[in-house]
Amino acid sequence: MVHPIVKLVTQRLALGLLLLFAASILIFAGTTILPGDVAQQILGQSATPESLANLREELGLNDPPLTRYFNWLGGVLQGDLGTALTNGRDIADSLAARLKNTMFLAFWAAVIAVPLAILLGLLAVRFKDRWPDKLISGVTLATISIPEFMIGYVLIYWVAIRMGVFSSVAIVNDSMSLGAKLNAIAIPVMVLTLVVLAHMMRMTRAAILNVMQSAYIETAELKGLRALTVIRKHAFPNAIAPIVNVVMLNLAYLVVGVVVVEVVFAYPGMGQYLVDHVSKRDVPVVQACGLIFAAVYIGLNLVADIVSILANPRLRHPK
Amino acid sequence: MTDAPLVKVRNLKIGATVYPPGERPQEIEIVHGVDFDLAPGKVLGLIGESGAGKSTIGLAAMGYGRGGVEITGGEVFVNGRDILKGGLRRLRALRGAEVTYVAQSAAASFNPAKRLMEQITEATIHHKRATRAEAEARAIALFEKLGLPDPQNFGQRYPHQVSGGQLQRAMTALALCPQPDLVVFDEPTTALDVTTQIDVLAAIKDAIRDTGVAALYITHDLAVVAQVSDDIMVLQQGRMVEYGHTDQIINAPREAYTKALVSVRSIEHAEKAPTQEPVLSVQNITARYRGTDKDVLQNINVDLHPGQTLAVVGESGSGKSTLARVITGLLPPSEGQITFDGRVLTPTLAARPLEDLRELQMIYQMADTAMNPRQTVGTIIGRPLEFYFGLKGAEKQKRIKELLDEIEMGDGFVDRYPAELSGGQKQRVCIARALAAKPKLIICDEVTSALDPLVADGILKLLLDLQKIENVAYLFITHDLATVRAISDSIAVMYQGQVVRYGGKSQVLSPPFDDYTDLLLSSVPEMKLGWLENVIAHRKMESAGH
Repeated sequence: MVHPIVKLVTQRLALGLLLLFAASILIFAGTTILPGDVAQQILGQSATPESLANLREELGLNDPPLTRYFNWLGGVLQGDLGTALTNGRDIADSLAARLKNTMFLAFWAAVIAVPLAILLGLLAVRFKDRWPDKLISGVTLATISIPEFMIGYVLIYWVAIRMGVFSSVAIVNDSMSLGAKLNAIAIPVMVLTLVVLAHMMRMTRAAILNVMQSAYIETAELKGLRALTVIRKHAFPNAIAPIVNVVMLNLAYLVVGVVVVEVVFAYPGMGQYLVDHVSKRDVPVVQACGLIFAAVYIGLNLVADIVSILANPRLRHPK
Repeated sequence: MTDAPLVKVRNLKIGATVYPPGERPQEIEIVHGVDFDLAPGKVLGLIGESGAGKSTIGLAAMGYGRGGVEITGGEVFVNGRDILKGGLRRLRALRGAEVTYVAQSAAASFNPAKRLMEQITEATIHHKRATRAEAEARAIALFEKLGLPDPQNFGQRYPHQVSGGQLQRAMTALALCPQPDLVVFDEPTTALDVTTQIDVLAAIKDAIRDTGVAALYITHDLAVVAQVSDDIMVLQQGRMVEYGHTDQIINAPREAYTKALVSVRSIEHAEKAPTQEPVLSVQNITARYRGTDKDVLQNINVDLHPGQTLAVVGESGSGKSTLARVITGLLPPSEGQITFDGRVLTPTLAARPLEDLRELQMIYQMADTAMNPRQTVGTIIGRPLEFYFGLKGAEKQKRIKELLDEIEMGDGFVDRYPAELSGGQKQRVCIARALAAKPKLIICDEVTSALDPLVADGILKLLLDLQKIENVAYLFITHDLATVRAISDSIAVMYQGQVVRYGGKSQVLSPPFDDYTDLLLSSVPEMKLGWLENVIAHRKMESAGH
């Protein structure tokens, strides 16, 4: 008899792979039906019809779409994302460096934002409808409502220029020490934290408040436990599943949605890379980026699903 | 010192904030000045219908108000100290230490994410009444005393891994582990099956006696409270009606309300003889739910005659509600057929002609959820009139009035919403809606289980009266044997998906009994002192004899 958790997790993993496959089809189809001609784009307006035809042949643009899709997919499965049309470099190489930077930024933003959001959520529940709750809700709502580039510029002005701490430009490279890198990304991390905080905090608050209606919370209160102990020990463990879901959605946002912040701080991450190549109609790069973003999204949601399954005592300890 | 009461309550007043729709929140008083004393080691029963304030008073002994409930006046002394003075910190020191609580639904009152042992010893350790090792040893001793299986390892399980009756005992262990002076038992056996209730009740009674703890025992069932308490206080709408020794309350009640409670379920209904042709005939029905491999119904055969009542009785999980699902077509059977009024019914609901749908109506346990809260009583009752008979305008209004008369509610109710009705009135409206279709058969699924005893009695009387007028047959599903006695003509006893006993009422309820029916019948609490001890002693003798 296979443990039901093993079965459920395997199912989720298989579903994730299927979803990724479907995403690859969508990405390929989407980029294929885009208007415009890559060869024209590369060679410019002055290109002769012969050179255009030659280049199309060279790039395989004349093959039927299905053939091109499977060639592309076959390459991807072997770790070959192709070469960029615009500069002829290997996409996997350029992308790896960019992805590393993006992950670095997302990681530090998450390290600060997730515990902070959960802590604020717990406090908001503890002081429900009193001033700490209202203050937390008000401030986080304000930060989510202001556009992130705005927060970025405001922080640059106040923190970097007026107070003179941290750098206003977030350029990092491999030769920098960890301290220097952290100094460089400090302000972008703050901006991202403020952006994702509200959503996670509010979901934490709502999920725990929902659990607080349960009869077992009354049992805990009638044991004479302190309010925060009741929330932490009895409510929070039962609210993990919805909280993890929203945390993962925000983590995904930190990876795939930070284009604006990267542009504001000139940060060499995935977002900028993608935007650059979209404007140059560099289809292979766009496809590669799309696939990686899809993989991050699906992967993080998969983690959320699996954590929810593991957090359920009925599944962990069947009868 | 022994004369000093453990608990002394004086002029206790409790208020609540209510939020009427569209109006400002209002403060109302729900307990209007209650007094009682409780000596150490004694048990006081608080009894009354829902809304009587008994749970509220019980929780007030811990200084706790549920939801918007607040103690607005009076004094509550525990161990000589007024617990209402001294603030939340003092209250927290009291809760879970000097006074503990056993909730009605243990299944909902245990944290699903934590092991039982951790939850049961938590208060004891938190209040430093014992070390963890001592608290766990105490819990194991309590598991043993309460008759839980494998006491050494029982605490390692999660709540979902043990049965409802076991959880209720575990809840009692949770309350007794800190060795409190007082335990508040709030309907601890109400959610249990009758055969489980008797064991839990005996376990609780033994535990109270052996530990010498005092208890407030809250219930709506006078027969149950008579088994465990020394004194009883009868409450009605937040006021004390009568307060005395258990013996006096049961055998010589003074107040009219107490007398009504004592004599509840005394409806007499003479059994009718079967007629020629049954209106409903269930033949060799076997059924299972999709995706499972267990037959929840096994070869069921029962008949129901026109204008009569067949009671289907059994515990939760016996398959009685599944039988209703099969008859209504919600669950097509894997074998067997059902004839209704001489014709074979199509197995699935979707394929049944309108006439079959009309003639077979249903009334549910939760009248609340069986009505659209945004429709008025008139709309609810009028819908089947339109749907089955195409009635409109004045004709429809006239019929709605007739139906409201039949359920003993005036036409002033036509424009009311379900939220403006009492529990009994809601169930009456559901009855009227079923009658509106002029059915030959009504399936009544636990229709009185959610109601207070006196209200339930009123509903049963109404159903009997309507049966005489309309000549409608009832398939009455219930776990309550008193209800069965009150209204049935024939009875089918179900156990684990099978009908273990079937026949006319007098025949089914007369010896010789099969083992299960015997267990079921002897488990129904009787309103006399010493009943519990007698049954338990009798069972011990029997099992020793076997």
